Amino acid sequence: MAMTITEKILANHSNKKEAKPGDNLWIDVDVLMTHDVCGPGTFGIFKKEFGPGAKVWDRDKVVIIPDHYIFTSDKHARRNIEILRDFVKEQDLPHYYDVDSPRYKGVCHVALPEEGFTRPGEVLFGTDSHTCTAGAFGEFATGIGNTDAAFVLGTGKLWVKVPATMKFVFEGTLPKYLMAKDLILTAIGAVGVDGATYRTMEFSGSTIDAMSMEDRMTLCNMVIEAGGKNGICVPDATTIDYVRARTQKEFECFYNDDDAQYYSVHRFNVRDIEPTVAKPHSPDNKARVSEVAGTKLDRAYIGSCTGGKISDFVAAAEILRGQHVAIDTFIVPATTDVERAINTITVDGKTIMQVFRDAGCRIGEPSCAACLGGPTDTFGRLNGVEVCISTTNRNFPGRMGSPKSQVYLASPYTVAASAVKGVITNPREFFE
Amino acid sequence: MLKHIISGKAFVLGNDIDTDQIIPAAHLVYKLDDPEERKNYGAFALSGVPAAQSGLPVGGIPFIGEGTWQSEYTIVIGGKNFGCGSSREHAPVALNIAGIEAVVAESYARIFYRNSVDGGFVAPFETSEHLYREIRTGDDLTLDTQACTLENTTQRKTYALRPLGDIEAILRAGGVFNYARETGMIETK
Repeated sequence: MAMTITEKILANHSNKKEAKPGDNLWIDVDVLMTHDVCGPGTFGIFKKEFGPGAKVWDRDKVVIIPDHYIFTSDKHARRNIEILRDFVKEQDLPHYYDVDSPRYKGVCHVALPEEGFTRPGEVLFGTDSHTCTAGAFGEFATGIGNTDAAFVLGTGKLWVKVPATMKFVFEGTLPKYLMAKDLILTAIGAVGVDGATYRTMEFSGSTIDAMSMEDRMTLCNMVIEAGGKNGICVPDATTIDYVRARTQKEFECFYNDDDAQYYSVHRFNVRDIEPTVAKPHSPDNKARVSEVAGTKLDRAYIGSCTGGKISDFVAAAEILRGQHVAIDTFIVPATTDVERAINTITVDGKTIMQVFRDAGCRIGEPSCAACLGGPTDTFGRLNGVEVCISTTNRNFPGRMGSPKSQVYLASPYTVAASAVKGVITNPREFFE
Repeated sequence: MLKHIISGKAFVLGNDIDTDQIIPAAHLVYKLDDPEERKNYGAFALSGVPAAQSGLPVGGIPFIGEGTWQSEYTIVIGGKNFGCGSSREHAPVALNIAGIEAVVAESYARIFYRNSVDGGFVAPFETSEHLYREIRTGDDLTLDTQACTLENTTQRKTYALRPLGDIEAILRAGGVFNYARETGMIETK
């Protein structure tokens, strides 16, 4: 039977010859990731179900990355870190990235690839909906809850219903003013916030072939915003080079069969796409930047798993160099590696970090920070009626803090251009 | 365990109720295995729903009374894409702690649906009817989980619900752990 890449990975991990949409399979897990918000609950269920002396199924396959509520004085949030530490010690887990240590990383979905845990052909589960980011590496990756994660911790297996695949084909050379974020906001706007529910969103075409891994991660990160179970890009030389530079572990690449069946195929020519935003309060509330240009803003925010990677800050710096921001602008590197990079990479003889400082931006510590609101002392949190333009992935009511705030989602180019003008601004103005 | 008959008052919400509305992120810090502390999840359940959309069709109805952690409502009625957003299991847990036994919606986001089933927290029923436009918050409902019907005793109307399908066995077992033990996937405790 002809299969898609997702179907092949799931068949391979359940020792079946084939897997077709709708099949329920028990599959073997290669990596389980958890963090400070869901780790404590997961460990509690694990102990309750497998006993107080139970051991995880494979120490080498468990990765724990605290990232959500790190730089806060909230005592409950601090206690969650202690619970992670206790579990790591008790289980003698090697892959833990502790707060207040040189190993601290920051946002899990960016840290996983940096540390070599995202590999083609594998199955990755994480207790976070944006675990789908790792599909960029040609693997099956999706978010699960605490109960499922506890089940995996004890057994190394989980039941999965095989998703049908929706193929999103992007053709053409990306114009200078467009970024991966514009493409995924366009795709989500086209199918709606539940347009891919239970299904795979696969990205292909010449535009994707030419993309860096970070840009492919931006696409796969937001498939959950259309309800998708997983996002995936077919691995190529770009993928293999990235992964090989970070891990010695063997992996197997899977590819689509020529006559694989798709639920639907959606074709885009990037020539037809303009800089795009999602208006409040839904990621599918799509508008061209030109339609909302001039909208008054109080704040700009650049960070998160989808918009706080090295290339996102390089892009923002292209616009912000020699400029001064007109509104409060918050910069939050996803990880410590990203922070190091923006302290090293230079533009016009200045580090990107210096460009941001000179532009009047406020710089935060690597973490999820205000992307999901969090405790009230969180850096960049919207505590009132602010209107914010952000490179993050969700703009639900109250997502970044106060339910009275409003969030526009956009690319780093659009956010940086808007920060300079204080109103929603088309980044094309800065490239013409 | 899934009850045969679930009855109680309806709390009605609209489309795209995301997990930040069900339990805002600032509250994801209470210990789930502490019997006292976990009551906070009930106290803040559905606290992120904008006031105008809380308790349709009128709106402005709090799901949880001031100073309490249990709701007077038993069944949540929603539109499409209920539970979209984050993977936080705290969402179905918060509804469960508040006393919700079932949700009836037109469709679900898959992680919320899966968490509801695998943890056995709430029974997620689907219907093709636009119930949130017909049922009023406070109506008395009776849900028959075997016949898959929802009776509105206040309005004297009965609606058909979709059969639960593959997940029914997991819900009836009381969650994925019980199900796995019953089917020999993992050892009995």
